Amino acid sequence: MASLTVTDEQVRANPAKVIQPAWVRVMHWVNALAMILMILSGWQIYNASPLFGFSFPREYTLGGWLGGGLLWHFAAMWLLMINGLAYLVTGFATGRFAKKLFPITPSGVLHDVRAALTFKLGHADLTVYNYVQRVLYAGIIVVGVLIVLSGLGMWKPVQLHWLVTLFGDYPTARYIHFFCMAAICAFLVVHVLLALLVPKSLRAMIIGR
Amino acid sequence: MAKRTFLVPGVDKRLLIKDSIKTMPDVTRRRFIAGGASLGALTLLTGCDVVDSSSAEEMLKQVSKFNDAVQAFIFNPDALAPTFAESAITKPFPFNAYYDLDDAPDVNGADWKLEVRGLVDNKKSWTLDELYKLPQVTQITRHICVEGWSAIGSWTGTPLRDFLKLVGADTRAKYVWFQCADKDGYNSPLDMRSALHPQTQMTFKYADEILPRAYGFPMKIRVPTKLGFKNPKYVVSMEVTNDYKGGYWEDQGYNSFSGS
Repeated sequence: MASLTVTDEQVRANPAKVIQPAWVRVMHWVNALAMILMILSGWQIYNASPLFGFSFPREYTLGGWLGGGLLWHFAAMWLLMINGLAYLVTGFATGRFAKKLFPITPSGVLHDVRAALTFKLGHADLTVYNYVQRVLYAGIIVVGVLIVLSGLGMWKPVQLHWLVTLFGDYPTARYIHFFCMAAICAFLVVHVLLALLVPKSLRAMIIGR
Repeated sequence: MAKRTFLVPGVDKRLLIKDSIKTMPDVTRRRFIAGGASLGALTLLTGCDVVDSSSAEEMLKQVSKFNDAVQAFIFNPDALAPTFAESAITKPFPFNAYYDLDDAPDVNGADWKLEVRGLVDNKKSWTLDELYKLPQVTQITRHICVEGWSAIGSWTGTPLRDFLKLVGADTRAKYVWFQCADKDGYNSPLDMRSALHPQTQMTFKYADEILPRAYGFPMKIRVPTKLGFKNPKYVVSMEVTNDYKGGYWEDQGYNSFSGS
């Protein structure tokens, strides 16, 4: 007989079924929200002094004007940084990064990229990331670290001048910050598209299994 | 509902409204949260009235105050802004204000006096000639605008902390508040620790020439540890005070500390 309730014994009997543990799910969605706030307010700030010959459409910016965009950006940064730091610490401490994202071998990546481009890359087992996923997920973590460090450098170019020096100089840090944003947006497009193509991966990120 | 009137006797109502509008910030600024209220409401504001954009605005103001405290905590009074070689100077150094250069204050240096007020022993006003006699130093530092652009310039003048000492300022006070000759009355508060920073300067020269009108003649306050808008130009008075008196941009929502 079907039942909507599960006993503790039943849950414990099927531990392998949990694909995304609760901490991953919570941090994933907090990060998603923080990223969106950071990107939309960041576009507002960009528009005040564009680096390139274009501006972001006003409808897709947050804050209404530069001052509002800055308030959002420097509020959401706490959410992004605290959540991101907790994610990195937990990811390393629990061994999840080591288990899920590594090893990344060139031959494995080549094989899976070829498979992906010919639509032969399967998602039968969601508990194991293929090499395209490993490269993208590990890569986006690196980009996330870079965008936070370049952002901190731009926020505190005197107090954290060593951070700016690490990127070259202040204007260079600004370009790096921008290109990291562009990389995250590109990732976001592919990531959301694939989540919609493989709905059970989206379900796993919501309810865990 | 009772209709309230705010008529001032002898004042043309339409002209009054017209003038008031000019002093108001861009209407979009007042509604700057409107676009973000729904997004912010998603999680940041659980427990708050999510439809009310003013609660989002209030939350952002609180975080900005928290950021003031964090920045004051991080601020190292001995950390110097990087300095550059003369070859690194940005040419031409940009003019930047909320008005055109034609509308910039045209101060007559012969009539101008720097007013010194508040918690100081000597409240005498200073003429330009008197100020020019004080020892001066030159710094080549990067000016970073709140908008994101930056430019390297060469500024010469008297360290503000030397002047504060000279006039017997109470350096335990919280702020030095500057008022300027800009239209609409520009002003900006500077926290005392930043005011006492060795690179904070009363600037009288740009690139070894008397400070041109575009950069704030007769005097600007160069604070390389702050964003550009905290570097007031066309300064007419400074007041040493414990009161937070607000500032032209600070009141509109720019973070008040805005330290680099």
